[in-house]
Amino acid sequence: MKTSKAYKIVIVAVLVLIAVYFMFPLFWMVMTAFKTEAEAQSYPPAFFPQVWRFFNFLDAWTAQDFNQYLWNTILVTVLTTLGQLISCSLVAYGFARFEFKGKTALFMILLSTMMIPWDVTMIPLYMEFKLLGWINSLKALIIPAFFGSAYYIFLLRQFLMGIPKDLEEAARIDGANQFQIYYKIFVPIMKPALFLVAILNVLTVWNDYLGPLIFLQDRSKFTLALGLAAFKGVHSTQIIPIMCITTLMIIPPIILFIIAQKYIIEGTSGAIK
Amino acid sequence: MNRKYTPYLFISPWVIGFLAFTMGPLLLSLGMSFFDWSITGTPEFIGAGNYIKMFTKDPQFYKSLAITIRFALIFVPLNMVVALILAMLITQPIKGVKIFRTIFYVPAVVSGVAISIIWGWLLDSNYGIINYLLSLLGIQGPKWLVDPKWAIFAIIFASAWGVGTMMLIFYTAIKSIPPSLYEAAALDGAGPIRQFFFITIPMITPTILFNLITSLIGALQQLTLVLLLTNGGPLRSTYFYGMYVYNNAFKHHKLGYASANAWIMFVVILLLTALVFRSSSAWVFYEAEKKGGKKA
Repeated sequence: MKTSKAYKIVIVAVLVLIAVYFMFPLFWMVMTAFKTEAEAQSYPPAFFPQVWRFFNFLDAWTAQDFNQYLWNTILVTVLTTLGQLISCSLVAYGFARFEFKGKTALFMILLSTMMIPWDVTMIPLYMEFKLLGWINSLKALIIPAFFGSAYYIFLLRQFLMGIPKDLEEAARIDGANQFQIYYKIFVPIMKPALFLVAILNVLTVWNDYLGPLIFLQDRSKFTLALGLAAFKGVHSTQIIPIMCITTLMIIPPIILFIIAQKYIIEGTSGAIK
Repeated sequence: MNRKYTPYLFISPWVIGFLAFTMGPLLLSLGMSFFDWSITGTPEFIGAGNYIKMFTKDPQFYKSLAITIRFALIFVPLNMVVALILAMLITQPIKGVKIFRTIFYVPAVVSGVAISIIWGWLLDSNYGIINYLLSLLGIQGPKWLVDPKWAIFAIIFASAWGVGTMMLIFYTAIKSIPPSLYEAAALDGAGPIRQFFFITIPMITPTILFNLITSLIGALQQLTLVLLLTNGGPLRSTYFYGMYVYNNAFKHHKLGYASANAWIMFVVILLLTALVFRSSSAWVFYEAEKKGGKKA
């Protein structure tokens, strides 16, 4: 199909216009973060701050114990990712490379769990975790990740289904047991898919609000998302520190996405087909 | 004979997790819905009492359900059309178009907390930049978060900002359509618009189905944005069902009643999903069937 020059110009113009809708809110957030309260509330609003106040960020960060929130968030993010990688790769390997009784039924159950609304399980989970002493502890967020998550298992299983059968045959002849085959042969092959799961999990956990909201109570246990939401409640009249923390919080996921977008786009598309 | 058990050993983490964190809670929740169960005090069995109360004595139940369904009816089609248009745009053969793919997707990795803070600021009735920009065009912007008529649109705009995920799924589906189909159509004299409606759309119907179901389920459960952007207000105009359940459980401590609320939403979601699936045989077009020359 030949594309005329006029057609291309129209398309690019439309793309730019839409890009403004997606980027302007972020631009406005960053601009506000550098202003003074008076500037932020002036009318008509100025697009750029008169002076770029980098210290706004430091003031906001020290207004609450954001070091602690950051540490909690990193702890939860790293440990859940580790848990998901171990458990999901084992389970996906089980589903993809073996024949066993009840496999189809179990896999259907696994897929259907993705449709259960979270409000149904949230209340009993809260009670269960209370019984286990996990309420107001990061355990409530971390431990379940060591038992896998349906979507990641599905992604990894799709990946493993595409690998030829003769690989493990050869290894079995060499006398390797099933776990060695999984660990020494398949884990290295799965690397790109595991990387995708890690990225998706980091993004999800870093941004999660409802889990921490329900399971955590003390400020010393807060994650960044929860700390930011609470910060908004306390400082609702001061927009500057809120914008500073919001900016700081969303930078890591955006950088991670930009670095890893190739994996995310290719990986998720492979699974949906 | 330990080989027989090996596969079960591999899937055991999920099986344990499923029983402990999904199936167990699901059954417990169903059981709790038949009790008057508060955080303190002993639970009391009241049969279908919670359900009867919900349907006959709690107008908020109907209001929240209606608001949520209304939101889903506006948001889901809007989001899907926008996602599809964006996906079409970023598959155009233009240099540098990949940059736009990245730009459109970025908000999808931003936390819901941050989204509500950013949009709350953009739509602020006093200092909001959006109403200022509208005023430059001579339009008096509404008091987005204060006017019960407009608050739901604030939620819709903020949610639609994360359309990138769906766009990306459409994008990969469109990319996987064999170019030969378009070439053949072009030879037959079909223009871009006919190609879109007679090749692109039919070829991506399975993806449309996937996006329809996932966004429907997501819309019916929306909670983070309403909690933080409008807190259910003004005048409970955005008191979505998710918030109704959340407040009944964790604010009013009526755990049994909230469990019954949640189960009704579960049933609504199951019914709607089943409905969409049943209708899908009429409009979803699978490639495997096409090869047999059969059109669904």
